[in-house]
Amino acid sequence: MSTAATPPKVPTGSSGDQFPTDRLAAAYRTMLVARATDERCLSLQRQGRIGFYVPLSGQEAAQVGSAVALESADWVFPAYRELAVALVRGVPLGAILDQLFANGRDRTKGRQMPNHFGFRDQNFVVASSPIGTQITQAVGAAMAARRRRDPIATIAYFGDGATSSNDFHAGLNFAGVYRTPTIFFCQNNGWAISLPRERQTRSPTLAEKAASYGFPGVVVDGNDLEAVYAAVRDARARAVAGEGPTLIEAQVYRFGAHSTSDDPRRYRSDAQVEAARKRDPVHLLKDRLVAAGLLDDARDAQWWEEARAEVARAVESAEGAPPVDPMSFLDDVFAEPTPRLRAERSALEGLVRDGLLKP
Amino acid sequence: MTERTLVQAVNRGLFEAMQADPDVILLGEDIGVNGGVFRATEGLAQQFGEDRVLDTPLSETGIVGTAIGMALYGLKPVAEIQFLDFIYPAFDQIVSELAKFRYRSGGQYPCHVVIRTPYGGGIKGGLYHSQSSEAYFAHTPGLKVVVPSTPADAKGLLLSAIHDEDPVIFLEPKRIYRSVTGEVPDGDHRVPFGAARVVREGTDVSLFAYGAMVPPTTEAAEALAGDGISAEVLDLRTLVPLDEDAIVASVEKTGRAVVVHEAPRTCGFGAEVAALLAERAFYSLKAPIARVTGFDTPFPYALENVYLPDAPRIAHAARSTVRSG
Ligand SMILES: Cc1ncc(C[n+]2csc(CCOP(=O)(O)OP(=O)(O)O)c2C)c(N)n1
Ligand SMILES: [Mg+2]
Repeated sequence: MSTAATPPKVPTGSSGDQFPTDRLAAAYRTMLVARATDERCLSLQRQGRIGFYVPLSGQEAAQVGSAVALESADWVFPAYRELAVALVRGVPLGAILDQLFANGRDRTKGRQMPNHFGFRDQNFVVASSPIGTQITQAVGAAMAARRRRDPIATIAYFGDGATSSNDFHAGLNFAGVYRTPTIFFCQNNGWAISLPRERQTRSPTLAEKAASYGFPGVVVDGNDLEAVYAAVRDARARAVAGEGPTLIEAQVYRFGAHSTSDDPRRYRSDAQVEAARKRDPVHLLKDRLVAAGLLDDARDAQWWEEARAEVARAVESAEGAPPVDPMSFLDDVFAEPTPRLRAERSALEGLVRDGLLKP
Repeated sequence: MTERTLVQAVNRGLFEAMQADPDVILLGEDIGVNGGVFRATEGLAQQFGEDRVLDTPLSETGIVGTAIGMALYGLKPVAEIQFLDFIYPAFDQIVSELAKFRYRSGGQYPCHVVIRTPYGGGIKGGLYHSQSSEAYFAHTPGLKVVVPSTPADAKGLLLSAIHDEDPVIFLEPKRIYRSVTGEVPDGDHRVPFGAARVVREGTDVSLFAYGAMVPPTTEAAEALAGDGISAEVLDLRTLVPLDEDAIVASVEKTGRAVVVHEAPRTCGFGAEVAALLAERAFYSLKAPIARVTGFDTPFPYALENVYLPDAPRIAHAARSTVRSG
């Protein structure tokens, strides 16, 4: 964990890892499940059945490609849009829907808005809303892993907007100084709510910012699953070899609204969206699979149907689950409640007993 | 027992915690080779290596953000913020992240970081080396807030903080870092959170203070004794968790309360103590509750002695409550 006395080495080059062909179909099917979840959840939100939703359409290849490149012992520090990353990590779709419905099975106990996932068993650290804060945390976890001599990497997911945050600067700066095994994975989807990428920085690319922190930054076509995978494998190889961090800018486009609370027609044209959709990562991977003889239209239709059915099952189950315990919001503030929290709980129980509050 | 100053007691607590547990790791600005600007970490880098006493880049959000990541991973980071006045760049990491990790993850991710920082006025530090902003942190669910006032407590509360399971803001009264010495128990002697310390027993009026205000409050009690007024002095030690029962019990006995802090009056921690007494000890009160506090101004450089509560002011407030009922 000592500071870099000499300038960091330039990348030793490619890990040589290509996306494993035998996992292409599974990756594609994960992307279909993510896309189908988007479709379904947008309508669930309009129907008032879930409170909010953050779509990821357009970012599936970046998310799946990067996540497949990780090992299960690696630690993921996500933002709120990383649903497909969670799927690749092995989080059951049902657990994701439980969080979206904030039901009694939600692993995070209905505490946060939809899409703020956290799954300890999959080393998927719980997301928060403030932009960029996970970046320094991912660096700290990498420092800890180094101290424990665990041969792992940490990866911070964030957007183009987050590159303007305090923690982007602090995190990359610390990572450079301590040469931590961290992958900074920026999904540049062109927009931070209504602000186009050009309004975040005059820097021609986001990736080149890495140079000023003394480590490499690379731009990758985020619609190309295999290119993303290769870039993250390279970064991961450098990280665990003690060669330090990498910034990856995956260039994608956010097809949908920022969230269900956003109306993108206020700030961008349909024509621009249509143009971007010509390079839909799902379609690109389908073409790739068809060309490789791994897929045809009939099987594709079947996989779509199965993806939608899986989503439907998860929705039905999550919607039917019992609600969160009305007193549970008082738990987990501390390991043990303070006297004040205990008093507040008994006051609340008193209100319920007296019929003044119907949970 | 060894005689130590308050800052030496902090240093000793860190030393023993690091010796006992290789997961304890320090990070902050100038804490390594230099031993910290107040020398709280003196000798520790030499003893435990620069891998465990990390001199960080000058970024408070970086210090706290990386400390959080270390804690999530299982280390026990103790971060130093050079002055409480400079903690605000890390306020987001503390309030939005550190305080909420356990909660927002439904208990999956406890996040145990100790943040040590010198606080308070009286060292000619002006606006930006004098603040006493404990109320911001006490107001944030999920943070424990600890303010020692003696060398023994500095070490004992620090060891409790490092062995706790929750985030702790550990505020060190820098004004009395060296002016107060005392016997400090050797070894793993911990002072529990949530247990106020009776500095002095009394029957006529209760004086509540913490940190650097404990010495002038005790001095005030001695002056009051000369006037035939028996003042009880309680050192709150931890604002969260707060020893509410001890505060209430004291006022049930004396019937009068004076709350002392150097922070500005509005929404200062004294307001919380006063409200607690109004709720739980109203019928024991014989006189209005008094607050002796800093002023609702930024902290003035040349006039810090005018700004800061002192023994005569505290004694005067106590006399007024005794006279009024
Ligand atoms: C510190 C902070 N400021 C403002 C917001 C409100 N906000 C939520 S998302 C967002 C845009 C983020 O853009 P980007 O980082 O590109 O991520 P994307 O949403 O495109 O995935 C803003 C401004 C916030 N969550 N946190
Ligand atoms: Mg964006």
